[in-house]
Amino acid sequence: MLHVSASPHIRDRVTTRSIMLRVIIALIPVIIASSFIFGLRAPMMFAVSAAAAAGFEAISRVVMKRQQTVGDLSAIVTGLLIAASLPANCPLWVLVIGDFIAIVVVKQMFGGLGDNFANPAVTARIVLSVSFAGQLAGYSVLDKFVSGSGVDLVSSATPLMVAKSGQGALPSVLDLFLGRHAGSIGETCVLALLIGGIFLVISGIIDLWTPLTFIGTTVLFVTLTGQDPFVHLLSGALILAAIFMVTDYVTTPTTIAGKIIFGAGAGLLTGLLRVYSAMPEGVSFAILLMNILTPHIERWTTPKTIGGVKHAGK
Amino acid sequence: MMKMNLLGLSRAIHPKDNKNTSGMEIKPISGFSIVTIPLDMQVGPGCEAIVAKGDHVDIGDPLGKPLGPWSVPVHASISGTVESVSVQILSDGGFAEYVTIISDDKQTVSPLVRPPDVHDKQSFLETVRASGLVGLGGAAFPTHIKLNPPPGKTIDTLVVNAAECEPYITVDQQVCLTGADDAVEGALITAKWCEIDTVIFGIEDNKKEAARALKKAVERARQSAMWPSGGVSVKVLPTAYPTGAEKVLIRLLNGRIVPEGGLPADVGVIVQNLMTLHFIASHMKTGMPLIKKAITLDGSAVNSPGNFEVPIGSSIEDVIEKAGGTKTAPFKIIMGGPMMGVSVDDISRPILKHNNAILVFDDKDAVLPEESACILCGRCQRACPMQLMPSALDKAARAHNPNELTQLHVMNCIECGSCTYVCPAKRYLVQNIRNGKAMVRAAAAASREKGEKS
Repeated sequence: MLHVSASPHIRDRVTTRSIMLRVIIALIPVIIASSFIFGLRAPMMFAVSAAAAAGFEAISRVVMKRQQTVGDLSAIVTGLLIAASLPANCPLWVLVIGDFIAIVVVKQMFGGLGDNFANPAVTARIVLSVSFAGQLAGYSVLDKFVSGSGVDLVSSATPLMVAKSGQGALPSVLDLFLGRHAGSIGETCVLALLIGGIFLVISGIIDLWTPLTFIGTTVLFVTLTGQDPFVHLLSGALILAAIFMVTDYVTTPTTIAGKIIFGAGAGLLTGLLRVYSAMPEGVSFAILLMNILTPHIERWTTPKTIGGVKHAGK
Repeated sequence: MMKMNLLGLSRAIHPKDNKNTSGMEIKPISGFSIVTIPLDMQVGPGCEAIVAKGDHVDIGDPLGKPLGPWSVPVHASISGTVESVSVQILSDGGFAEYVTIISDDKQTVSPLVRPPDVHDKQSFLETVRASGLVGLGGAAFPTHIKLNPPPGKTIDTLVVNAAECEPYITVDQQVCLTGADDAVEGALITAKWCEIDTVIFGIEDNKKEAARALKKAVERARQSAMWPSGGVSVKVLPTAYPTGAEKVLIRLLNGRIVPEGGLPADVGVIVQNLMTLHFIASHMKTGMPLIKKAITLDGSAVNSPGNFEVPIGSSIEDVIEKAGGTKTAPFKIIMGGPMMGVSVDDISRPILKHNNAILVFDDKDAVLPEESACILCGRCQRACPMQLMPSALDKAARAHNPNELTQLHVMNCIECGSCTYVCPAKRYLVQNIRNGKAMVRAAAAASREKGEKS
């Protein structure tokens, strides 16, 4: 008995799972760097968050009686990104609540991977920062990067806080690049983030339209408003978001023009929030706002099909 | 394989080309004891049988008479006795008359087969039609119709499609290696009678030898009295799928854009497959109609992949057997390439005029992937040679929304399958888009009917 199906009869090897696996691999340098900057609590946070996110994904699908999707690894990516965007002093229970919000509320309640309009990790980060301001108030780092000795976590101002308040000393550009300062555990080490980013570009998972326009617009805006571009480029969540958040397939445009609009819009909002709002950082709000605009951007920027003729009505 | 795509501009895909049979001579296989020839192997209506059980036929005798102006005749591919004339279901679900001939093992050629008398465009088109020729690249579009565009369309360029961009298939490149002179002559004859002044051959750069052979043949033809005023050129294109799709090939070769719903003739171009022109040249010499076909036999289940020339109507089963058999049970058999070929339901199906490959896959290579949710990665969009939005078309088709499908230009889809190939969620995109096209056609027909009533 022969099997019959409609063409094409061959498929590329790339799967949703293989894409997510590559994103996870791209985060490994970040996880390793975090253990040097924030101690072993950082990798533990990544592990707990990934496990919790995967657990929430699996349970959601069982409860909703839908096809099990935990194997596509997207929940693990979300879990890792939530951990990456939180400070080392974040209580684990707050972290797990973040995973719940991301996976259950933002992702699964909207239909699961592909149907969520907002980036689960970004939205969870915002919900946590609003709901648990007290628990997330201080940003800590190993004492050796503050006082020069000691391996305990100590609270310290982030470079963006220093820049905003004008109080305290800014780290050197090298320290900013290597991430040896207070901040969220996955955002400080630009070197590690770039290694992951280059890997994602080489393996064809992401392209550079959104990251470059996002970074470029932010840096341009802060420079024009008289801020130190290096501090804004190399600290805060800018690079983490440029590589892992504004490149999220589901919640950002697919068209090239759309990617440029998204990147520029998110960059402009980030600059505005960083410079003029009460908060030192604005990346997550900027991305969430642009996520909401994404379906519209996609519609405005639909490319004209080659040889297309206009059809009446709509 | 590295697939870096910094800018996200590709409009093509690069499947493994699997040209395992590259450079293999096209071996004739004969000695078939029985052939079953469908009388419909073309776009448009086919033929009606003019033979009956018990009749004797020789090679080249017509078996059916055309049912309409688009129809081309079908001829006996072996000599022998008509065993039966019966209506059977076709691979595509339609019905057609099939003529079964039992061989007399004599290979007698019909006295009707003699070199044609061609003296003007009309006699050329009649000859082409009488030869039973359809587009041999796989589309089976009647050649005499394609070569005779409606009045008002001026054709200045004949594009010869030697791209052979489907994986596995190598018969076109083999014809370049061994019969390039005939292919070029076929192009010159066609250009001459159809009053076309420029000929461009398009071939991909994974067939360098074939491209060289083609270029040499073009050089040799420069002395020919038929050399067209606009010249003949061979353009070597980067290997990518679907370079050989008509609209894509024209764009790559001379930059013209065929409008949505239009034909190459709208931009002054006729595209013919290399094999079709090669056949025209040999038919002009011998008068032998289209009764045999060169095919690539390959796939994970066959013992010895190769290129073969077989009579039209011989069964896939007999061809595989005579060509060395299978090493594992066939799980899926494809007529044509893996990207656009048709999978057949029965191994006893006959070889058709427009077959250029038979691919036999084992169970490992024929597994249908389970689809998951679209992650909006945009790969389908970047792969689409027509710059459509396949994922949006897929959603509109699943929602049975012909209006949305029209707005998304569903009819501009060439069904190349690139979107489905690249989809990481393994969604059946082009398959749903085909359904979407049918919805738009049905909606258009319904509104026409409504207009007529009111």
